[in-house]
Amino acid sequence: MTTEAQTTKAIADFRAQVRWQWYEPLFWLGAIAWYFLFPTYLPLGTQILCAALFALSLDLILGYGGIVSLGHTTFFGIGAYTAGLLAKHGWGEPITCLLAGGALAAIAGWICSFVIVRVQGVALLLVTLGINLVLYEAANKAYTITGGADGLQGIEFWKLFGVFDYDIYGRVSFVYTLAVVFVLFLVARRIVHSPFGLALKGMRENWKRMPALGAALRRHGALIFVLSAAIAGLSGALLAESVQFVALDSLGVQRSVDVLTMLIVGGTGVLYGSFVGATVYMVVRDQLADLNPAYWYFWIGLILVVIVLFTRNGLVGALSDATDWLKRRRGGGTAS
Amino acid sequence: MTAIALATHGLNKSFGALKVTQDVRFKLPVGARHALIGPNGAGKTTFINLLTGMLPPDAGTIELDGTEITALPPHERVKRGLARTYQINTLFPDLTPLEAVTLVACERHGVSRQWFPSLASRRVLIEEAYALLAQLGIGDQARRPTRHLAYGHQRVLEIALALATHPHVLLLDEPAAGVPAQESGILYEVISGLPKEIAVLFIEHDMDLVFRFASYITVLASGRVLREGPPAEIAEDPEVRAVYLGTAVHG
Repeated sequence: MTTEAQTTKAIADFRAQVRWQWYEPLFWLGAIAWYFLFPTYLPLGTQILCAALFALSLDLILGYGGIVSLGHTTFFGIGAYTAGLLAKHGWGEPITCLLAGGALAAIAGWICSFVIVRVQGVALLLVTLGINLVLYEAANKAYTITGGADGLQGIEFWKLFGVFDYDIYGRVSFVYTLAVVFVLFLVARRIVHSPFGLALKGMRENWKRMPALGAALRRHGALIFVLSAAIAGLSGALLAESVQFVALDSLGVQRSVDVLTMLIVGGTGVLYGSFVGATVYMVVRDQLADLNPAYWYFWIGLILVVIVLFTRNGLVGALSDATDWLKRRRGGGTAS
Repeated sequence: MTAIALATHGLNKSFGALKVTQDVRFKLPVGARHALIGPNGAGKTTFINLLTGMLPPDAGTIELDGTEITALPPHERVKRGLARTYQINTLFPDLTPLEAVTLVACERHGVSRQWFPSLASRRVLIEEAYALLAQLGIGDQARRPTRHLAYGHQRVLEIALALATHPHVLLLDEPAAGVPAQESGILYEVISGLPKEIAVLFIEHDMDLVFRFASYITVLASGRVLREGPPAEIAEDPEVRAVYLGTAVHG
């Protein structure tokens, strides 16, 4: 084969990664269908979307950049409290509160990034956890500002665009959240298919080799950490707006563990893993908490163990393995 | 008088009480084919780690093209034309060779932190990456994940990644390590086919390969430069034979 033809093929490979797959429009149509199919479950749908966006922010650093974090809720909480506090003190315009939450989380992420890019592995887990614990107790102690363990109460957001009031069924909230999540998903999708996305995969696959190829590893790490923190902050602000309340546990270690669990159940480094993981996790929790409010973590734990033992990369990995297998079988069938 | 591409002056490095590099004074002329030999533990890989900035020296200086680079971080040295390969494959298992070399091209062109436009539209960089792989004879492996490549192909990719940075000084840490003897010649054909402007320093244990491809040899022993000179001189040197050749040459 000529070099020309090979290069064309090579470029086609990169194109194929960017192209929308058949399941992608289906996935988003499914999200829209939720609005019509489960009108009584819209608040759950909104919470799933917020959780999925939060998991997506973790996927960017963990699944793509190979940067582990056990304290990612630091940025989720900062976003939630920023939006909540603005609304409590007289500025309840949803869009600006949302953007302020993302911006403050990004700034916090930028400050943290100076430490984050200097450590790896277990040390990184402990540093991220440590930052999270410090912030949690600070928010707990500063109850005059944050409401402490009671959470931030009495916050009210204004009408969306000055027109749509947050209704009791959560319709406006769901549509608004879905729109914001979709836009941020497009941003994440763009990042992972760009030269920067390739550099991130390089960091994940072998961070040791990167400097030897001319990569400014710390600057790469800082950039993706800030982007991820911003998206985490936006997801926190979205949740605060939809439930009109900020609980102290939005900064809790439990939430960092939850989001990591969602991502691993769904699959890392595949974008949709966040959505699949968050949906499974939240629906299971919703259903099991009805049956037995105390022991539902038992089932989450069991699901986690089964998925890690029997799949290559979470549920999305299992699905893609299954479709590959079907394709091969069908291919083999026509050949014989 | 040939220009000097890479030089060290009084380079020292200790790990605790162990002196791994002692007063190493070293010169690599432009376009050289230079071998670094010495028994295990002589400090050859440490020397490469010092040159590339993976380790900071305790004392001494390193110059690239007459400019001191002793304090520069590794990636800055790469940008100035100093590249290395690893004795143990240090690759990207889940990326294809094409993706890996494109990644390096993006770094070299300074676009590695850009999100726009997408990778697929960086046609020039992808073409450049494919051309390099084809030139090194692994073009037909370019689109398979690296972890599925044969070991020998992975060793070639190890060199391809370093070449993609467009170095003018290339440090090869046992490029044929682990490759069966009958195939290691293929790797050295790749190396000897490199452009003449690139200065190559390679660590190698196989004396046949050293004498075939090196025009100059430096012998390290216990962190010191024991001897340096053209292959014919080194081969005749009784002290070198005693510490190294005498035990390394079989049959």
